[in-house]
Amino acid sequence: MPKKPPTDLQSPLRRKLLVGTAAASAAAMMSSPQQAFAQTFPTAKVNTTGLAVTDTEVTVGILHSITGTMAISETGSVEAEKLAISQINESGGILGRKIKFIQEDGASDWPTFAEKAKKLLVENKCASVMGCWTSASRKAVLPVFEQYNGLLYYPTFYEGLEESHNVFYTGQEATQQIIAGLNWVNETKKARSFYLLGSDYIWPRTSNKIARKHIEGHLKGCKVLGEEYFPLGHTQFNSVINKIKLHKPDVIYAIIVGGSNVAFYKQLKAAGIDLSKQTLLTISVTEDEIDGIGGENIAGAFACMKYFQSLDNPANKKFVEAFQKMWGAKTVIGDVTQAAYLGPWLWKFAVEKAGSFDVDKVVAASPGIEFKDAPEGYVRIHKNHHLWSKTLVGKARTDGQFDVVYTTPDLVEPNPFPKGYQ
Amino acid sequence: MSTANTTTKNRHLELIGIGLIALLILVVLPVWLDAFRLNLVGKYLTYAFVAVGLVLCWGYTGILSLGQGIFFGLGGYCMAMFLKLEASSVANTKIQSTPGIPDFMDWNQLTHLPFFWVPFKSLPFALIAVIAVPSLAAFILSYAMFKRRVGGVYFAIITQAFAAVLTILIIGRQGYTGGINGITDLRTMWGWDIRTDGAKEILYFACAFLLIGMMFLARFVLSSKLGRILVAIRDKEDRVRFSGYDVASVKVFIFCLASAIAAVGGAMFTLQVGFMSPSFVGIVPSIEMVIFCAVGGRQSVVGAVVGTLLVNYAKTSFSESFPELWLFAMGGLFIAVVLAFPRGIAGLFTDQVVPLFMKWKSARDGATPDATPAPAE
Amino acid sequence: MFGYSFGELGSIFAMQAFSGLILFSVFLLMALGLAIIFGQMGVINMAHGEFMILGAYMTYLTSHIFQAYLPGLFSIYFFVAMVVAFIVSGAAGLAVEWILIRHLYRRPLDTLLATWGLSLMMQQAFRTIFGAREVGVELPQWMMGALPVTDVIEVQINGLFVMALTLLITGGVALLMFRSRWGLQVRAVVTNRVMSGAVGIDTRRIDRLTFGLGCGIAGIAGAAFTMIGSTGPTSGQLYIVDTFLVVVFGGAQSLIGTIASAFTISQSQSTLEFFLSGSMAKVLTLLVVIGLLMLRPQGLFVLKVRK
Repeated sequence: MPKKPPTDLQSPLRRKLLVGTAAASAAAMMSSPQQAFAQTFPTAKVNTTGLAVTDTEVTVGILHSITGTMAISETGSVEAEKLAISQINESGGILGRKIKFIQEDGASDWPTFAEKAKKLLVENKCASVMGCWTSASRKAVLPVFEQYNGLLYYPTFYEGLEESHNVFYTGQEATQQIIAGLNWVNETKKARSFYLLGSDYIWPRTSNKIARKHIEGHLKGCKVLGEEYFPLGHTQFNSVINKIKLHKPDVIYAIIVGGSNVAFYKQLKAAGIDLSKQTLLTISVTEDEIDGIGGENIAGAFACMKYFQSLDNPANKKFVEAFQKMWGAKTVIGDVTQAAYLGPWLWKFAVEKAGSFDVDKVVAASPGIEFKDAPEGYVRIHKNHHLWSKTLVGKARTDGQFDVVYTTPDLVEPNPFPKGYQ
Repeated sequence: MSTANTTTKNRHLELIGIGLIALLILVVLPVWLDAFRLNLVGKYLTYAFVAVGLVLCWGYTGILSLGQGIFFGLGGYCMAMFLKLEASSVANTKIQSTPGIPDFMDWNQLTHLPFFWVPFKSLPFALIAVIAVPSLAAFILSYAMFKRRVGGVYFAIITQAFAAVLTILIIGRQGYTGGINGITDLRTMWGWDIRTDGAKEILYFACAFLLIGMMFLARFVLSSKLGRILVAIRDKEDRVRFSGYDVASVKVFIFCLASAIAAVGGAMFTLQVGFMSPSFVGIVPSIEMVIFCAVGGRQSVVGAVVGTLLVNYAKTSFSESFPELWLFAMGGLFIAVVLAFPRGIAGLFTDQVVPLFMKWKSARDGATPDATPAPAE
Repeated sequence: MFGYSFGELGSIFAMQAFSGLILFSVFLLMALGLAIIFGQMGVINMAHGEFMILGAYMTYLTSHIFQAYLPGLFSIYFFVAMVVAFIVSGAAGLAVEWILIRHLYRRPLDTLLATWGLSLMMQQAFRTIFGAREVGVELPQWMMGALPVTDVIEVQINGLFVMALTLLITGGVALLMFRSRWGLQVRAVVTNRVMSGAVGIDTRRIDRLTFGLGCGIAGIAGAAFTMIGSTGPTSGQLYIVDTFLVVVFGGAQSLIGTIASAFTISQSQSTLEFFLSGSMAKVLTLLVVIGLLMLRPQGLFVLKVRK
């Protein structure tokens, strides 16, 4: 098939599919379009590069840690990706083909990630892979995806400084998460002084660097009183809490991760720092983390994200309902979980626009792809493979959810290599 | 029967074992496996270097190190630094604010190459450093302790703490080390692309030959007079000391040797996997490497290699089919080996299989009385 | 100096001293169970962290039981939880000793490895039973918060709680060691195992009880640390390096040594953390301890033992 016809076809088709999902009228979609697709998109045409695509099925990979220390964080992403895949299948699949997934365990070990990524691409010929969580795991698989021309949908908010032909970043890069939040806290809380904290690795360090540049260079009369890092897994924060008490910053800016997070907020509360009076802004605490910290220990803190489970829009209500139906009513949904949910959908839309599963065609079709019914609202793929999305500020409640207190009026442009912030 | 007899027989057995291993990794596996699986085996073989080193220092001398990851990692990092510098040529990095330095340095506002990186532009220097840096680290770590007769559990815990310190340092000084992501995206060695399947195959064979070489080296050390002293130290350190030997120096030497062997493994790891990260330096991988050695048999060079291959094979296949059960299996295996088969697979082989074979052989030969009695009895 | 006024310096000093004391209590509580076992058998229990987390999970369960059935008594559930943690961890310890450790007394290095295998299995068991995510342990209101002393200085209630608990348990252990018949036997076995056996002390039983007691204390420590740390399948790993170093630095067979070692390490870490960034402070502390251990390999205090 020449390039043109699918382009003509794609827009009404896609709209139809979107309506289909929104209404969840799966059964209606099933019968006739399936055969129509198979005729319009014969396998030989939609798959010229030998991917695992048959007349009825297309194989994708899911690559996360389900054992080891990172299992805590990555479980939510796996759940979201499986939910998205099952919903896509219910609504008729992609180009008439059902998605079959192969799940591999990265075991919180970066060479294992590289090894499994290679397996998914070389042995299983996956048409796309949803996966990775930490930057280290992404960095480990990146050369593999580039060498074998695979396609990776990466869900986590991360430090930026990367842009690959073979990766779509469905989470925020650092500036998308940081700048709007700092502006907001500067305007509404009249914050002038900041104390930056972080776990000692690349994401918090890069993020704090951007935050410092923004505070010192772009916010009038603002200054950074201190900047400190702690080894991953650190559990004792009393000394730094003393320092915070002495410096009395307007804002504590905290990017602490993992088990340290729990220790930090518990000790902060025990030290008598009342988060209803002391402003604390974080970019590392989602609903998932609060499960471990305990809502009562962090209530009043502000988090800067692009999604909160409590978000009030119809698409999100449906998403939360479907998610909890599939994975249990008590499961909470954090920012990354939602971003992971976007991956399969964005891939589906791009494949349908391209009329092909071929990686290069999907990549070429991707810039400008929109997901209007995303739980977070509306997202669009930027030509740098990141997403245009809004930045939200939420205030933590005692029940572990957030009240959204601020939303940027416009979509924030992703900028993985921010000029003037490096 | 005499002990000397058993020892010679064991030595022959080990030589046969090394031959079989060589046959396996040089002929059988390359013919049997596809490029992807072969690369995996290549990765396992790099861990086997560590296990061979552990046979020397733990199995024979009784020095348990829970920090072999330090040396594996240092060797790997030395190699990775060279490869990274080659990958960061001015042409490759012209979008950076300072072209010609590794990308992670540019992101961390470094404007020139740190002094300790500069010599790594030369391959010969890097290759020497792969051995020299970890050996030096091992020397510094062990000299003071062995001179003061620190051993056993103390030594194990201190090496573990060192592994923790080094991990924190590498992760924290990310401008100089690449931080938690490690040194990634390594491409060529003297213009030779190490990422292609062909290159991986060549690297696999290089790794296999080196490993066999290391096994012979270990055998050589163990069958020399030094080997006897090592066993004597393990069994009664004080007596060796009273006999006039400088126990501390011997221990320092064997520990440095074990570390150097581990470091060669690390360098081969970097070449085959294409990156190096602090997650190989820490406590968990260090202990896992001890597991490999223990399962195979801490007193057998061949056993250590077999153990490494088997445990890793089990790990890969288990985590593909029953990821939930993997830790149970690993933990259970560890306990079982320590509890029931302290000499691992190799011990099982020499104690159970060999006598059976002997019995069968002597039965077949019509029970000739001059047949050698089974060693286990 | 460092841009602080005199009044502030006074407050810094007071608050840092208090933080140091809290850290000291935490370290001591972590290490006590391990030190008892190490002193008695020369064995490092690598699953120590997991026994602590077992205690933490017991606290989590107890809090849920109280919320469901005895909401009126929730404010005091924590005391019950600590008892439960002690009993469960202690019983688990006895079982482990019986199944595993008693076969390995002649091979201390192998015990290290076997208990590491045990820790892997315990982690996976926690993950299977309680889920991969961390659980939040809800605490009674009175335990969180601080008592203001001046407008800068505040005293953490949970810090005081941990200190009191540490004092109580250390005192208890000391009493047990030096005033009870059992303690007498333990000390006898430590000094000369063969001779103790010959005069009719059941050394096997002493070993088992010591191991159980050590694990039980680890359970209490874990319960207490739900106030300041996280509870998840791998949280136990966060404590191991610190704990092992405290014990090894303190030297085998010496309660005083463990106390002194916990004090030294906590004070240097707490002071360094104030003047440096957290991760550099940690590195320096570990290096100092390692350096001191190289100079004084048998730890701070050594009991003369006949070999």
